[in-house]
Amino acid sequence: MLRYTVKRLLQLAVALLGLTLLLFAWFKALPGGPENMLLPENATDQQREALRASLGLDEPIWAQYADFVGRAVRLDFGSSLSSGRPIATELADRLPATIELSLAAMLIAVGLGIPLGYLAAKRRGTWLDFAAVSGSLLGTCIPIFFLAAMLKVVFAQELGLLPTTFRLSAGSTYTEVTGLRVFDGLITGEFDVAWDAVVHLVLPAIALSSIPLAVIVRITRASVLDVVGEDYVRTADAKGLKPSVIRGRHVMRNAMLPIATIIGLLLGSLFAGAVLTESVFSFGGIGSFVYQATTERDYPALMGFILVIAVFYVVINLLVDLSYGLLDPRVRVRS
Amino acid sequence: MTIARIEKLDRLIEASVSAREAQTGSLLRQSLRRLKRSPMAVTGGVIVGLFVVVAVLGPFIAPYDPTAQTWGKEVFLNRNIFPGPRAENWFGLDHLGRDMFSRMIVGARQTLLVGIVATLIGFVAGAALGGVAAAAGTFGGRWGERVEAVIMRTVDVALAIPMLLLALSVAALLGPSLSTVMIAVGVAQIPIFARLLRGSMLAQAHSDYVLAAISLGVPKGRIVVSHILPNSLGPVIVQATLVLATAIIEAAALSYLGLGNPDPGSPEWGTMLADAQRFLSGAPQLAIYPAVGIIVTALGFTLLGEAMRESLDPRLRRQE
Repeated sequence: MLRYTVKRLLQLAVALLGLTLLLFAWFKALPGGPENMLLPENATDQQREALRASLGLDEPIWAQYADFVGRAVRLDFGSSLSSGRPIATELADRLPATIELSLAAMLIAVGLGIPLGYLAAKRRGTWLDFAAVSGSLLGTCIPIFFLAAMLKVVFAQELGLLPTTFRLSAGSTYTEVTGLRVFDGLITGEFDVAWDAVVHLVLPAIALSSIPLAVIVRITRASVLDVVGEDYVRTADAKGLKPSVIRGRHVMRNAMLPIATIIGLLLGSLFAGAVLTESVFSFGGIGSFVYQATTERDYPALMGFILVIAVFYVVINLLVDLSYGLLDPRVRVRS
Repeated sequence: MTIARIEKLDRLIEASVSAREAQTGSLLRQSLRRLKRSPMAVTGGVIVGLFVVVAVLGPFIAPYDPTAQTWGKEVFLNRNIFPGPRAENWFGLDHLGRDMFSRMIVGARQTLLVGIVATLIGFVAGAALGGVAAAAGTFGGRWGERVEAVIMRTVDVALAIPMLLLALSVAALLGPSLSTVMIAVGVAQIPIFARLLRGSMLAQAHSDYVLAAISLGVPKGRIVVSHILPNSLGPVIVQATLVLATAIIEAAALSYLGLGNPDPGSPEWGTMLADAQRFLSGAPQLAIYPAVGIIVTALGFTLLGEAMRESLDPRLRRQE
């Protein structure tokens, strides 16, 4: 297990290095080069020279790359072109909102998806199975920003059941601890804030959960179908074990492996979905920031975001791979 | 043994022979036969077929010019109110007073084009990378293995970036336009196709017929091109069908992020949907028509792709 972990960590380092290379090439290839992005169109040649020198663009390319990696490691991505604040600060301020939203969406997707997928597999061929499978196919086909916008129009604007935008109602006082407002509200005893945050989370989280929910239902169904046909499940049944024991220890434990993989992968893609969802609900997380950065061509901000998200993604994949060892004893023995 | 029993035995033998005949025929024909029996494939096929027919005939059957604007007291731009469905405009008018029904019909072509071009970019580039990697790794000796390692590690890194972000960064390089959207969505699919074809080719490379070809002295290049490649394409083609659905949806998302052409000469569903977001509370129908178009089309390609995947899966084949 230790050797496996070390090997995966080394692979992680190589992948991250490759990623910085790709990003550096991307940054260099941007239209007009960085000085055109940073300076107004009527800048003089002297201004251009000065900026090139200050950005280190006169240095040889390898020195520029080394500088780029060095700054990336120190989380120094420069300043946002639109707000002028350091990008690392912008990202750090907005990260809790996106994490809260992603966790809420994942909670919905896992909490509904695994039982639904299990039931669909157990009652294969019934109307429930048909509804679950066709519903999940449909779920992957709805553009997420359209779903978010329709939810907002119907439930927030027309019916007025839920708030349309932001994370808390205007004028509410709130003590910030972690930035995860539901959690903060609970630990500081401000239950009204926690409830307000939950109410604001409902619609964005439902919209964001549509794709992961669809994927989890289908993977769970397929995975459970694979396992229930195994001899050990029939044996357990024949021994007269309680259905709940068979379900927990024999079926679900073995079916969890592919489900865990897909949950890990989905967590990464949630960030991409968050860009679209947050912009609809003005949620104030990383997603809104990227939406803004994209529409305003704020390239340094985009680069910082891509780097941070890619690191997240790669680390999540590593954790998923390592969790195999915990979920499946065979992996532990083999490595 | 009575005559009746002999006759019954005869009939049993006959049945088993015809059953075996049904099992023979090429794998492709077997898969096709299974596809025709699958309700998923038939539904998907009908949707995709209709979509393609509309895409081809679009400009000829549309009642109005999709770009002709009717100005006047009917369209109140500042109040976000537009005429809804009525006898002469089945789907109403859009924010510039253009006939929505005609725009939907004509837009099918651009939408299909976006999907196909994006998928082709991903398919061709990804298959080339994956194919070269697999061929070099199998037959290229030590240097070939290095080539394979370099290609596949790069692909792994690209896979580490969520697809929408990859598309975003490509779009940032190229500036906003519809071809940017196609290229961005296509490029984002390259790593998936590369991994898939390489995996599929490696699985074929160890099969008996490849060994037979090697021992007969068939040149390595020909083994790859005419033996391994045709047998490895199945899963990649299935993926391409599924990617077509994703590409249409992703293209709409990129248009929504402002990376498409805000108002191209000929209508396209993704751009229409992104455009209509501004008028959602006053005129939701402007978003609903293109959205339903996109959802149904994506569903059609998904159903077809999933059914094809099932019909190619040898594990499911055994269960029959």
